Amino acid sequence: VIRVGQAAQAPPFPVAAKGALANAQLRRNVRHATNVIRGKRALVVGEMPDWEQLRESAHAIKDHVVRHLDVYLEQFEENCTRAGGQVHWATDADEANRIVISIMQSAGGSEMIKVKTMTSDETGLNRALEAAGLVPHETDLADLIIQLGRDRPSHIVVPALHLNRTEIRDIFRASMAREDLSDRPEELAAAARQFLREKFLRVDAGFSGANFAIAETGSICVVESEGNGRMCVTLPRVLITLVGIEKVIPRFQDLEVFLQLLARSATGERMNPYNSIWTGVTPGDGPQEVHVVLLDNGRTTVLEDEAARETLDCIRCAACLNACPVYQQTGGHAYGSIYSGPIGAILTPQLQSMEHSRSLPYASSLCGACYEACPVKINIPEILIHLRQRLVDAGETPAGERWSMKAAAAAFASDRRLRTAQKVARLAQWPFARGGRLTHLPPPLNAWTDHRVLQAIPAESFREWWAKRERGGAA
Amino acid sequence: MSTSRDVVLGHIRRAIAGLNTPRTADYEAIPRGYIRSGGLDPRDRLELFQSRIEHYDGGVHRAVEAEIAATIARVLRARGKRRLVVAGGLPRGWLPPQFDWIAEAEASNADLDRSDGAITGCSVAVAATGTILLRHTDADGRRALTLIPDYHLCVVFADQVVETVPEGIERARSVEAGSLVLTTISGPSATADIEMTRIKGVHGPRTLDVVLVGGLP
Repeated sequence: VIRVGQAAQAPPFPVAAKGALANAQLRRNVRHATNVIRGKRALVVGEMPDWEQLRESAHAIKDHVVRHLDVYLEQFEENCTRAGGQVHWATDADEANRIVISIMQSAGGSEMIKVKTMTSDETGLNRALEAAGLVPHETDLADLIIQLGRDRPSHIVVPALHLNRTEIRDIFRASMAREDLSDRPEELAAAARQFLREKFLRVDAGFSGANFAIAETGSICVVESEGNGRMCVTLPRVLITLVGIEKVIPRFQDLEVFLQLLARSATGERMNPYNSIWTGVTPGDGPQEVHVVLLDNGRTTVLEDEAARETLDCIRCAACLNACPVYQQTGGHAYGSIYSGPIGAILTPQLQSMEHSRSLPYASSLCGACYEACPVKINIPEILIHLRQRLVDAGETPAGERWSMKAAAAAFASDRRLRTAQKVARLAQWPFARGGRLTHLPPPLNAWTDHRVLQAIPAESFREWWAKRERGGAA
Repeated sequence: MSTSRDVVLGHIRRAIAGLNTPRTADYEAIPRGYIRSGGLDPRDRLELFQSRIEHYDGGVHRAVEAEIAATIARVLRARGKRRLVVAGGLPRGWLPPQFDWIAEAEASNADLDRSDGAITGCSVAVAATGTILLRHTDADGRRALTLIPDYHLCVVFADQVVETVPEGIERARSVEAGSLVLTTISGPSATADIEMTRIKGVHGPRTLDVVLVGGLP
């Protein structure tokens, strides 16, 4: 089954957004966090004279990879295998989860330490592990907060950004038996360090996603800040890495582009504290049983649509979330997907063959801030419009909208009809017009006016005014 | 029955059919208009490196080659560190007397956890981002060495410091070693997961000192 977390069961965006908008604390938390990241990002991006060239290169590399994806995946597999790694292929979420569980069962351990990975949220791995009697421990601070609080991630890079320090303190107090904890961030981070240290040193199996898989060398690269990632990929005996097939890059050298773009875009740092790169098994250093699971789960379907396939270029920096005026108001949960914000609005429905999450391509004002922020230059607004087009072509629009659009098309088709339509509308609008504005129209037009204010049709159209002026001038 | 591998590769090939331009030429046509090598003179490059490390709250201690051991002694005393694990390939001459030096080969992960810190060299360093790159050969130590202890002292030579990230990646690639294992370190571990407040030191070493050798005016 192709699955993107629980997106298929999520309520439509307008319904979920209503709840989020009513939560003032959530909105304050989201606004604060996105403002801070955007400010930091602007500073460190501004100091790069070659930022645009880096974006161009990144876009071109990703475009190149997509056009040769089969070759690069085979190259990755060959080189990883030669270095002692074991490569597995999964067509969908369930198959990936089954592979991970069977590796765990033959390795004999029951616990797993995990470094933050969106991809395992996508496949619903933790649930599958728990159902098989295995125990996953999230080790990224934000993921730990989410796991202990039985919450859902609301941001791609900072998953607990919707919670403030007091809410986090309460979660830690309840689940770590630490009534003494204050809400000082330093103290909360220290509590996480203490809580996890014993697990890092004891647990036999580690799990990670991948920011990049390098075809030329068969290596995996994981980008992180806290050191929990290094712990997970270094200390256990067994290491499993789940990689979306679009994460492959041709050569080690290409990291010089992506590593410059990713940290500045994601957290506003010149470089994130740690990058870990490893290749299969290194005798005497790190895990001695290394697995890589290559995951499709709808990605090849995205690949089929030429106008939208650059969705797969995403490096998950979340700069588009922080820049988005819609995300800033609603936060991530309203999108119903672990991939939220503008990139989530195009990725989530496409991964599911446009069969679920159909409201997401409309969760945007098309202002273009996401495109401007994107370090790999994904033209998100254009893809949003393209996906809306696909939904319209499939007859997925409400009857009211179809009716209005048909009527508008007919009216705009001839000069005579437009004039008639204007006259009719001018007459019909009078019970609803207040001070030159239309705020409440009857159904089905209320679908528009429930959320937006329309200008009333003026007493005189431009063409009428023009005709009158011509006559006046001639006289 | 076809395997999942065949299914995935088959889907990809159908989806991209007709797009397969010659791969090598296509790769070489990727525009690379970004800055590859820096223009700073050596002195300014080292100053930039120092200021970046300090920006991350790391310490930088300049030394001439003859005074490596004395500088290390001074830094460790100021930090109150006594028992340190030493990377396998680190020259013994760098280690001052009156400290407890534990050989990396004899230290288990639990020993690393109980030690006061680790002392290593590095493979290359990048000034623009204040980054230390470890290929985990010779004096870099194995990966756990610079991860489990709460303190890391890294000896960096002036001629190991390049200006840009592309230069650093190129140098790291040219370090002779087996298959690729690389850790990059940019300041002590950190998180901003709670209200975007930067907190230094979560799971990796909370304190980083760099002894920067040579290149003094």
